[in-house]
Amino acid sequence: MLRLILSRLLAAIPVMGVVAIFVFLLLRLSPGDPAAILAGDTATPEAIAAIRADLGLDRPIPEQFVTWIGQLAQGDLGKSVLSKQPVATMIGQRVEPTMSLALTTLIFAIVVAVPMGILAAWKQGSWFDRGIMALSVAGFSIPVFVLGYIMVYVFSMKLDLFPAQGFAPLRDGLPAFLERIALPTVTLSFIYIALFARITRTAMLEVLNEDYIRTAHAKGLKEHVVLVRHALRNAAIPIVSVIGIGFALLIGGVVITETVFNIPGIGRLVVDAVLGRDYPIIQGIILVFSGVYVLINLAIDIAYVLLDPRIRY
Amino acid sequence: MRSRRFHMLVSAIGLSIGLGLLAGAATTAVAQDNKKVLRFIPHAGLRITDPIITTAFMSRNHGYMIYDTLFGVDDKMQVKPQMVEKYDLSGDKLTYTFILRDGLKFHDGAPVTSTDVLASLKRWGERDTMGQKLAEYTKEWKEVDAKTFQLVLKEPYGLVLDSLGKPSSNVPFIMPKRMADTPSTTNVTEEIGSGPYRFIKAEFQPGVKVVYEKNPDYKPRSEPATFTSGGKVVKVDRVEWMTIADPQTAMNALIKGEVDIWEQPAFDLLPELKKQKDIEIRNLQPLGMNYMLRMNWLQPPLDNVKVRQAILHAIQQEDYLAAQVGDPDYYKVCGAIFGCSTPLATDAGAVGTKKADVAKAKKMLADSGYKGEKIVIMAPTDLNSINQLPLVSAPLLRAIGVNVEVQSMDWQTLVGRRAKMDPIDQGGWHIFHTAWGTADMMNPIANAGTKGLGKQGGFFGWTEDPEMEKLRDSYAREPDAAKQKAIAEAVQKRLYEMVHYIPLGEYFQPSAVRKNVKGMVASPAYVLWNIEKQ
Repeated sequence: MLRLILSRLLAAIPVMGVVAIFVFLLLRLSPGDPAAILAGDTATPEAIAAIRADLGLDRPIPEQFVTWIGQLAQGDLGKSVLSKQPVATMIGQRVEPTMSLALTTLIFAIVVAVPMGILAAWKQGSWFDRGIMALSVAGFSIPVFVLGYIMVYVFSMKLDLFPAQGFAPLRDGLPAFLERIALPTVTLSFIYIALFARITRTAMLEVLNEDYIRTAHAKGLKEHVVLVRHALRNAAIPIVSVIGIGFALLIGGVVITETVFNIPGIGRLVVDAVLGRDYPIIQGIILVFSGVYVLINLAIDIAYVLLDPRIRY
Repeated sequence: MRSRRFHMLVSAIGLSIGLGLLAGAATTAVAQDNKKVLRFIPHAGLRITDPIITTAFMSRNHGYMIYDTLFGVDDKMQVKPQMVEKYDLSGDKLTYTFILRDGLKFHDGAPVTSTDVLASLKRWGERDTMGQKLAEYTKEWKEVDAKTFQLVLKEPYGLVLDSLGKPSSNVPFIMPKRMADTPSTTNVTEEIGSGPYRFIKAEFQPGVKVVYEKNPDYKPRSEPATFTSGGKVVKVDRVEWMTIADPQTAMNALIKGEVDIWEQPAFDLLPELKKQKDIEIRNLQPLGMNYMLRMNWLQPPLDNVKVRQAILHAIQQEDYLAAQVGDPDYYKVCGAIFGCSTPLATDAGAVGTKKADVAKAKKMLADSGYKGEKIVIMAPTDLNSINQLPLVSAPLLRAIGVNVEVQSMDWQTLVGRRAKMDPIDQGGWHIFHTAWGTADMMNPIANAGTKGLGKQGGFFGWTEDPEMEKLRDSYAREPDAAKQKAIAEAVQKRLYEMVHYIPLGEYFQPSAVRKNVKGMVASPAYVLWNIEKQ
């Protein structure tokens, strides 16, 4: 196991190196000029050039890259072009809302979807099964922003059960945190519930016809023991894979939900940085999150080993 | 057996809905809401806290929160002392002497001194249009003592007080010398002023949230607050700027009372907001804003004044205002280039305000020698406040036979590209549209669109017009208001004759405010003093 972890972490270094080069070049070759943005409407060409020089953007691209890599080697992600705040601080401020939303969504989706998938497979062809499948089609079909607005309209504006927007960190207390995160969580989890429920159902259907399940039933085991301990465990590999991929997609895909519910997360930081051509922030986020994706994949691989002892790396 | 299955089902689903139930049972609101906290949705997120390096209105408005100014303007645009206790002008009109008020203190406790003022004005003068002009006429700034300083001019200059009291970007805010000594092309990294609010750096999240607290050491003037002058009395303990990017979400938050003021509600949401019993629509920026079509004089065929004049005759303001604003209550058709309701307002020389003359425009274009060259219009799709304007220009220009190509892009790409003087095939451009606050263009020196400096200091489009520069200089030298007005009229005529830019009308961006918010001060810049929540 240790060898697996070490080898994956070492393999991540060249991956992140390639990501760093790619992102750096892509940004430098794309249109837009942070100096012109900073200088404002009445800036003269001389003033823009002076700001560009001040930011080091007038230097050759290889020289800028070496400077940035040198900073990275010292653990410094640089400073925002516009706000002059350290990029690490800005990412730190935004990680909590995004990770909170991603985790609550993931947990909520798993807790709802996996039992639904199990029950749908167990009762294949029943009204319950058909209902679950219909729900999952709806989950895939309704755009997240439409669902978000509906949720706000019903539960916030009409029933006055939740705030209309905003995020409260956990340090403000669990009730405040849950009150703010509940609607975005349910909104964002809808599609993941659909996805996880379908995958769970399909995976369960494959194993429910296996001989060992029949044997378990013949032994007189209780239904839920057969379903959870014998069937679910053997069906877990594809489910875990999809959950892992889902988590990675969640982190990168929360921007619309963050916008609708005004959650100051990473998604909005990226969009703002791209629109503002704030290169250090974009570079920093992509680099950090490429590392996060590597760790998520590693976690999935470890889960495979734990769930199925036959798997070796 | 059945009951066990049911129990299993309930357990599984029960866990999953636990979050929702727990949240539903949670106490309402984050519960900080009280009458001493003012929550405000600004028109964009604050990222640049230095109001001198940039002209962005966000940074200007932030500046008014934490910095103070030597002078302000009242609702008649008369310049009034603010940090200055008194001033006088020598008999030869070459030396101004200013004395600061007693008790002025920066947020770090240090007194405001002449040294701080002179350093601040030096930095501002390097960046601001009016500051640069003032610098041309300045022989020296002299520090007399800690509270007294002098401006010695090379020759009499009529806009000294107008420059020091200018209400909009760049505003000559006064900051400590150590901050003001930062090169004007580098962001200052502190936020220490002597204004009515203190900046709470620990809670600053660029683009998301800015928190200010009442400055207990601030001593407001005794006069009533009007525009940017008078007593800046703070009646709340804390102001939170909360950026809400999505207009629908912002409206929901305002209706629910999660915020108190929305600076710039989308025009299409105003009818819904007007229906709300707890919300009022208020025009807090009575001078308004102005749309503008700017052409690139370096780029053929727009280097030909006859082509520019043909385009001018193809334009009618109503089309732009109706498309972009919609409700006639919030716009005004007018050809004035220094604002439609300002002291220098005039229709002299104006063309195309009410009705385009398509036949004349076609003939002018045919006579101009135009050979069907492509005209590139840059169209920012993401900036809701101006994104309709290029889409109006394109058919108007095509109607007279111009070969138009509309190139869509985001605003910041446009901002980067408009600084390029290159030919079209190397990333150049012909036309862009923008909007300016009237307060930023109230006279020929402030209005950057009138500059005739070409590549050497001109506004994007690089209009080179020595005749215009002579007029601007004579305006700057002229101390008499009546004569200034006559020169301003000549500037406007020249602008239309040479087509420096095409004014596309004035509009007013109202704010949506909860009715319990009282005392807001209308102003050319957005100011948040004098406000209380009842």
